[in-house]
Amino acid sequence: MSYTTTANHDEHHDHPTGIMRWLTTTNHKDIGTMYLTFSLIMFLVGGAMILAVRAELFQPGLQLMQPEFYNQLIGVHALVMIFAALMPAATGFANWMLPLQIGAPDMALPRLNNWGFWLLPPAAILLTLPFTLAMFGIGDGAIATGWTFYAPLSIQGGMGVDFAIFSVHLLGISSVLGSINVIVTILNMRTPGMTLMKMPMFAWSWLVTAFLLIATIPVLAGAVTMLLTDRHFGTHFFDAAGGGDPILFQHLFWFFGHPEVYIVLLPIWGFMPQILQTFSRKPMYGYKAQVISLWAIGALALVVWAHHFFTVGMPVPALLYFMYSTMAISLPLAVLFFCWIATIWKGSLSFETPMLFAIGWIVLFGIGGLTGLVLADVAADAQYHHSYFVVAHFHYTLFAGGMMGVMAGVYYWLPKMTGHMFSERLGKLHFWLTAISFNLTFIPQFFLGLAGMPRRIPDYALQFAEFNAISTVAAFVLGLSQLIFVYNIVSCVRGGKKATDRVWEGAEGLEWTLPSPPPYHSFTEQPIVK
Amino acid sequence: MVMHFLKKAVLGVMMTMISLVAHAEYTWNFPMPATPMAADTLHVHNKFMVIVMIIFVVVLAIMIYSIVNHRKSKGYKAATFSGPSTKSQVLWTLVPFAILMYIDFILMGIPAYHSIVMMEDTKTNADMVIKVTGSQWRWQYEYLDGEAQGIKFVSNLTTPQDQIDNQADKGKDYLLEVDNHLVVPVGKKVRVLLTATDVIHNWWVPAFGSARDAIPGFLRETWVRVDVPGTYRGQCKELCGKGHGFMPIVVDAVSAEDYTKWVADQKTKLAAASAGADKTWTKEDLVAHGKEVYVKNCAVCHQANGQGLPPTFPALTGSKIAQGPIFDAGGKLLKDSHLDRVFNGKGVMPAWKGVLNDTDIAAVVTYERNALGNSVGDVLQPAQVKALR
Amino acid sequence: MSNNDAREQANKKLGFKLLWIVGAALLFGFALVPLYNVLCTMTGLNGKTNATADVTSNKVDETRLVTVEFTSNVMPGLGWNFYPEQPSIKVHPGQIETVNFVAKNNTNETVAGQAVPSVSPGLASPHFKKIECFCFIRQELKAGETKLMPLRFYVSTDLPTDVKAVTLSYAFYSAVKPSN
Repeated sequence: MSYTTTANHDEHHDHPTGIMRWLTTTNHKDIGTMYLTFSLIMFLVGGAMILAVRAELFQPGLQLMQPEFYNQLIGVHALVMIFAALMPAATGFANWMLPLQIGAPDMALPRLNNWGFWLLPPAAILLTLPFTLAMFGIGDGAIATGWTFYAPLSIQGGMGVDFAIFSVHLLGISSVLGSINVIVTILNMRTPGMTLMKMPMFAWSWLVTAFLLIATIPVLAGAVTMLLTDRHFGTHFFDAAGGGDPILFQHLFWFFGHPEVYIVLLPIWGFMPQILQTFSRKPMYGYKAQVISLWAIGALALVVWAHHFFTVGMPVPALLYFMYSTMAISLPLAVLFFCWIATIWKGSLSFETPMLFAIGWIVLFGIGGLTGLVLADVAADAQYHHSYFVVAHFHYTLFAGGMMGVMAGVYYWLPKMTGHMFSERLGKLHFWLTAISFNLTFIPQFFLGLAGMPRRIPDYALQFAEFNAISTVAAFVLGLSQLIFVYNIVSCVRGGKKATDRVWEGAEGLEWTLPSPPPYHSFTEQPIVK
Repeated sequence: MVMHFLKKAVLGVMMTMISLVAHAEYTWNFPMPATPMAADTLHVHNKFMVIVMIIFVVVLAIMIYSIVNHRKSKGYKAATFSGPSTKSQVLWTLVPFAILMYIDFILMGIPAYHSIVMMEDTKTNADMVIKVTGSQWRWQYEYLDGEAQGIKFVSNLTTPQDQIDNQADKGKDYLLEVDNHLVVPVGKKVRVLLTATDVIHNWWVPAFGSARDAIPGFLRETWVRVDVPGTYRGQCKELCGKGHGFMPIVVDAVSAEDYTKWVADQKTKLAAASAGADKTWTKEDLVAHGKEVYVKNCAVCHQANGQGLPPTFPALTGSKIAQGPIFDAGGKLLKDSHLDRVFNGKGVMPAWKGVLNDTDIAAVVTYERNALGNSVGDVLQPAQVKALR
Repeated sequence: MSNNDAREQANKKLGFKLLWIVGAALLFGFALVPLYNVLCTMTGLNGKTNATADVTSNKVDETRLVTVEFTSNVMPGLGWNFYPEQPSIKVHPGQIETVNFVAKNNTNETVAGQAVPSVSPGLASPHFKKIECFCFIRQELKAGETKLMPLRFYVSTDLPTDVKAVTLSYAFYSAVKPSN
């Protein structure tokens, strides 16, 4: 009954070393490491882009770049951060931790796993190559439509749009392959005794994520394909001249785009309660309620998309439907918040770096969620929409709710992955610098939006100058403090105090029963869950 | 470079502190509402903000209480509950849920419903209709009915390029100033129709509380009733290409008498322009007038020196089109000629026939052919343009 | 060994099953195009007006008057002038009216154009019935030719009573997309 020598084809010829190890690996930990490394690199790339943007916005007037280049930077920043930093980070955690958490020897489809990863670097290159080509006078740079590809601007755009479309295709295939793998792993590979309702929350959240991905990524792929044929093959999906409608593109895009928000966030909602329970030394609160809420949010995510473009003009019943259904998301989300806080309530709390990030995450993500609730209101949205208020809002959800969540996960599992403890001192410094400078960057942007500053403009009127100056200075602090993060990770990989198997005093779950770092092939003895 | 930036940064922060106090009245919230819709939006926004802040503070307080008191370092022993166990506990956990439902669908949902109905009520009792057309990167306005019927014009950014490039001091209304203001009478409900000729734009004046997309090939509408006389400024807020940050909106709300006077003025100007189209102009006059038109309307893309920004915006200097013949042997407008391009547009080039008068078009074409490094030597008379109408 | 093989088989099988979902989602994405159009025609979601309607026996609602306004946009690249002969008309719902649009080719070549109608407010568009229209059909004008383009229409009596004014806009495009 033991599958000691499971599915690991590598075992026969042992694994190759050097570059070939990484190119050909089907080992979930290697692939997880590659995803996480890729994510970190792209996080820095995307961050560098936006610091250039913030530097331009430091003062009114054009100082550093022309509007064309500015437009390219903002769009590629978003695409890089969402598709190449946040999503791969979540997939990296899934690869590393899901098999360990559910007692599986590896992911279910190891070869698919390898392909899934290796689609990412070409995609990232495709996305950013037009910048380099433009330097040599080829083409007019990267996609300049923002990350949303809105037609007809994207039909008018240069070859950067084509590059971005192909890049999105590759990224999409990669995500779909990853998702299939996750679903099969979770459904087929759980160790005996681990029923669905005994699974770690991370597995549940990834199951929802993966289903959302395979249901929506193809729609995005279809939409950008139609865009491609509109651009080059004379179709008129989004062109009124041929009977099309540019707003149709927005419907297709956001049918994917809204679930995408949850695709990025759900995995974090999965491991966050695990972190909270670890450092509260108390069982997770409301397991069943959380599982139901995750599914409810996943389902609602599919039917609220049009709140991203209320200002295009819709009949009143449509506006009302999308407003109320959007507000309804706050209900399951509130259940999650309630459970998270109830998990730390009356716990025996200690504040190591992962816990600091987790607490900061709840607070800041809370701001993102609450401003989202306000944004659902159609009338007020006419003001907020495409203003800096929205920019601030989604950075509270995607940087605080996304990136800071990922950071919590990294600090939580890094000792398990590397076998070394990281520097607590640097970790705490990183947290405080990040949390403070993040707020100083984005709180002014709420006020900028209210005062009437539209987003995606390279230059602005004088009354917006002060807040932009603060925001830029804080953004640079935020950006530079991420170097502490990188340094801390690198030195932790290289060495440091040995980590115990359990790493954290209150850690519960199968991954903590293995040595740190876990052996190349984990669970040669199938664990039994009672 | 780095030091320079740091110096600027420190200076910026200091200036900020000073001026934040100075601007306090409008910095922290929506601008003073000028329309019923904006007043309603501000009211709804304030109410919702208070609600979510209360939620935030209450939840934060609970967390802080827990963080302060339930510490391991204080020797606090962890409880072991993992969910509500008794019936009353289950009921208690439902209380916040019920409160939130009440907030969502009653406290916030009902005022939001009324706001939407109000916002979308473009249909009833409109006093006048204005059509707004967005194009890269300017707004065009046309009065469709009432006393101003037939008045139409284009509204261009007037901020000089050297201010944008930091070569000159920035004016008070930097980036929010245009040559032709949209003028509306105070207290009249104006139905605003929106469309576009190239990509999606969004007509947004924050003090009006309304923002609506202008979509090429489609018609959308919103409404404004400006109750307070004054000048209101706004911007396009849908990314529309390189000039997205440079297509502002300026609206003057004036009294009924001033409006009538403005309309009369415009009509006189139109009549004068139309009369001007019938006379024969000298080349010098046309070139001089054409330069003004060029700087206002064309220089954004083709640049003041005519060099353009290839490949999207071709150079006019030495251009085949700008130096080729305009009319065929029979005196008909040559397809893809200089005037055809200006008059009818193509691709990214807008069609100017709708917004510039005959004299302006004749003048700017003549200017482009005899300046900017071109010297074709011919003259296009306004009457020749008029004949195309 | 059979255990592992069986597991691998099961994994692959499930993986392929999931691929069906992916395929279905892809299909759904493309199916949204016609679905969206149907939805728009039914609800006036985007202000598009349906193709030509039949002349049915119409009851005219004499108690109401609706203002119908006309406006036009000639898109860049089309060498035409195009405008309504009259800016607006007042009609009773159900009453059939004919209005003319003037089109003139201002160039020296034959040019084909195609009109795309849009009605605002959107919820009025399903009630705007065109009996005879030049829209969506390729129209050709010879060099310098001027043509009257008639539109026969009525406003359905089902038009919500609070709608007092309906605007019909024509965006005239070149029939053949100019190649870049």
